[in-house]
Amino acid sequence: MSTTTTPPASPGTRRIDYLNVETTIRSWLTTTDHKRIGILFLIMTTAALALGGVFALLLRLELLTPGGTFMDAMSYNRLFTLHGVVMVWLFLIPSIPGAFGNFLLPLMLGARDVAFPRLNLASVYIYAIGAVVVLAGAVLGGADTGWTFYPPYSTHTPTAVVPVLLGVFILGISSTITGLNFIVTTHTLRTEGMTWLRIPLFVWAVYATSIILVIATPVLGMTLLLIILDHAFRLGIFDPALGGDPILFQHLFWFYSHPAVYIMILPAMGVMSETVSAFAHKNIFSYNAIVIATLGIAFVGFLTWGHHMFTAGMSVFDSGAFGILSMFVAIFSAIKVFTWVSTLYKGSIALDAPMLYFFGFLFLFSFGGMTGVAVASMSLDVYWHDTYFVVAHFHFIMVGGSMMGFLAALHYWFPKMFGRMFPARSSTVAAVLVITGFILTFTPQFWLGNAGMPRRYYSYPDRFQTLNVISTVGSWAITAGLVLIGAYLLYALRWGARSGPNPWGSLGFEWNTPSPPPPHNYEEPPVITHQPHEYWRTAE
Amino acid sequence: MADATLHLRDHYEDLAKQTHAARLGMWVFIGSEALLFAALFALYAAYRIAYPASFRAAAAHTNLFLGTAMTFVLITSSLLMANAVLSARLARPGRSVGFLAGTAGLGIIFLGLKAVEYTEHFRDGIFPGAFYAFARLPAPGARVFFTLYYFMTGLHALHVAGGVVLLAWLARRAHRGGFTPEYHTPLELGGMYWHFVDVVWIFLWPLFYLLR
Amino acid sequence: MSEPHLSARTYLFTWIALVVLSALTLLLSVAPLGPFHVPVALLIAGTKGVLIVLFFMHLVEQRSVNRVAVIFWLLLLLILISLTAADVATRSLDLRPPVSG
Repeated sequence: MSTTTTPPASPGTRRIDYLNVETTIRSWLTTTDHKRIGILFLIMTTAALALGGVFALLLRLELLTPGGTFMDAMSYNRLFTLHGVVMVWLFLIPSIPGAFGNFLLPLMLGARDVAFPRLNLASVYIYAIGAVVVLAGAVLGGADTGWTFYPPYSTHTPTAVVPVLLGVFILGISSTITGLNFIVTTHTLRTEGMTWLRIPLFVWAVYATSIILVIATPVLGMTLLLIILDHAFRLGIFDPALGGDPILFQHLFWFYSHPAVYIMILPAMGVMSETVSAFAHKNIFSYNAIVIATLGIAFVGFLTWGHHMFTAGMSVFDSGAFGILSMFVAIFSAIKVFTWVSTLYKGSIALDAPMLYFFGFLFLFSFGGMTGVAVASMSLDVYWHDTYFVVAHFHFIMVGGSMMGFLAALHYWFPKMFGRMFPARSSTVAAVLVITGFILTFTPQFWLGNAGMPRRYYSYPDRFQTLNVISTVGSWAITAGLVLIGAYLLYALRWGARSGPNPWGSLGFEWNTPSPPPPHNYEEPPVITHQPHEYWRTAE
Repeated sequence: MADATLHLRDHYEDLAKQTHAARLGMWVFIGSEALLFAALFALYAAYRIAYPASFRAAAAHTNLFLGTAMTFVLITSSLLMANAVLSARLARPGRSVGFLAGTAGLGIIFLGLKAVEYTEHFRDGIFPGAFYAFARLPAPGARVFFTLYYFMTGLHALHVAGGVVLLAWLARRAHRGGFTPEYHTPLELGGMYWHFVDVVWIFLWPLFYLLR
Repeated sequence: MSEPHLSARTYLFTWIALVVLSALTLLLSVAPLGPFHVPVALLIAGTKGVLIVLFFMHLVEQRSVNRVAVIFWLLLLLILISLTAADVATRSLDLRPPVSG
């Protein structure tokens, strides 16, 4: 690795930053600069969001009428499987860590790069390969098993289970590498004076996420490998006809997939911690509470996986144990919500787009989280399991929580990444569209589920139609909002007003560099003497 | 020291920090590998509880002599590996290469013993999954035992094979003077990988050969 | 100048301990231990694993954060295995409260 110093820009020419230092395609494809790697992930995961969104729109279109609308049951099954697989593994898991974690971690820690930059580049290519393999599976018709791939059906169905699972396996390798990189970076590359209790809260969030990534993902990898081998070679480890127990698949699958939901939400929560401080111009109400809650969620999240299996045939003992353990996670989430709300008190609130997404998150995540506690009660879940109630619950968290976090991060750090500002009014309109569209889409689904509409069915009784139509219209509003965001951000990339180094006046450490940052972040390692976001230090 | 700047990457403040980062990264990686195997051990535990008699009967049909020999081979290979790293620390690259070759040799012997073992099982009609045809133990529990046996020892053997390739690469690098007392991190990390593979076998041995 | 390290003698003693423990496992596997066969075997295997991790893998001479990582991983490994196995082990347990009336 060469130590180049960025030459001082002569008057009249632009300052050298990580974007313009080299502009060939080759420089982008062989980069080990964490900022460029973050941009690559941003592009790929946004494309995945768009693809998964198209699948969702098609699903909702089909659900406009009680019977078949324009597709048959098999196509519907393949579509919701692909929607789940693409959204979970190509977008939700890798997006905030891959795009914003990569871009921001070294900047926030005062470092010049992550611990293993070449491994970082490898993670980009492995993600791309995994995504291509999944898409190949989609082209081959996809699987019809749902994103949960339960055997024995998944090992006997003649659909393209093997390429889809192989793709997910490869994607898992990419995210494990990312997690490993972030853990070692946080431990070893903090700049002078940056003690653990001065690290930005987004770093804590991504660090906790990384621990989950490296522990849980291998279990998923092994489990999916077993399904692939069973499907292709009749290994039969979960096949009752060969002495196997399909419930054991569910144990292993959910050992990963429940912590996985915390992989999806913890980074978004980290974004919220940064956003609320920056846009209320107030330091977080209790830094320690957020840290403890973050680590608490990461740990307790490993103890709760059986609450997805209450109706599967698991023993009553395990059901009881998992039910009790599931209640503890809510405590830590609540601590975070109360801390964020308390931060707003006596703050100077600016209602820019990131703050609008914060409020959307606050409401939707709280609501979704509470319904999570509800379905974690075994006696209630027996009724709600596999109905739209559960679908609504996890979309409140995934979309109302994680996607809001993604959008907040995108808007908050857009000027940092590109040195440009997006149009304020368009961003407000888009945020309102996305949030209200979300509420329209998913709130009716709680009623539908409670009334008994099962999930993963392409047809339903007539009496459910009105609520389904409202839900579909809501999905169009979300789409309009997201398309608008894409449009004005692309516009701003080229023609947006130059943002200057710190347009939001944020006291996050990453704003101590120019926007966009220079290739090696800091010429001299900064010395940190206090926590970020200490707005009471600046005289107003 | 000229050697230090050769290997130091510019985003680390010094070589000690970088070495610590490499080790921590390796522990995290080994932790991930451990959980890969843990999923299989969880399956073993669950199925053993479900089929206690069949598992014991099936374990009695594995080759105890070969299994024990493999354990001894791997434990000794770990001793040689540890000495390979020590030799590099003591600036004795020649001995390091020798120890690495010894470790790899024992690894190959391990794989050879495994091949002998598998061949024996194939002759008895013991195959994994749907191909299981061992007439003396037709119970479903026995089939599950041997499916797990093949998959877990097979996956382990793959890791041993990968380790042998890694050792060959390290030996080549050591032979060319690539490791010094100040810098021998790849050798250390390779050693950690090899010892991890040994630890996995230490658990596989009783579960598949002794609990009969 | 290299950092402090374990000696060849330490490695040899570790190897001897591993061989002895392996022989012990072998002997105990034919002893009449009844239901204790599995826990005893696992305990000895665990001890051997700890010896390898501490000495051959140098954990004893590395920074404490590495030890924390290993312990944390072990904990989660145990959680995965025990709660999964507990499901199968307790399926026949009837934990329903007695129905009244």
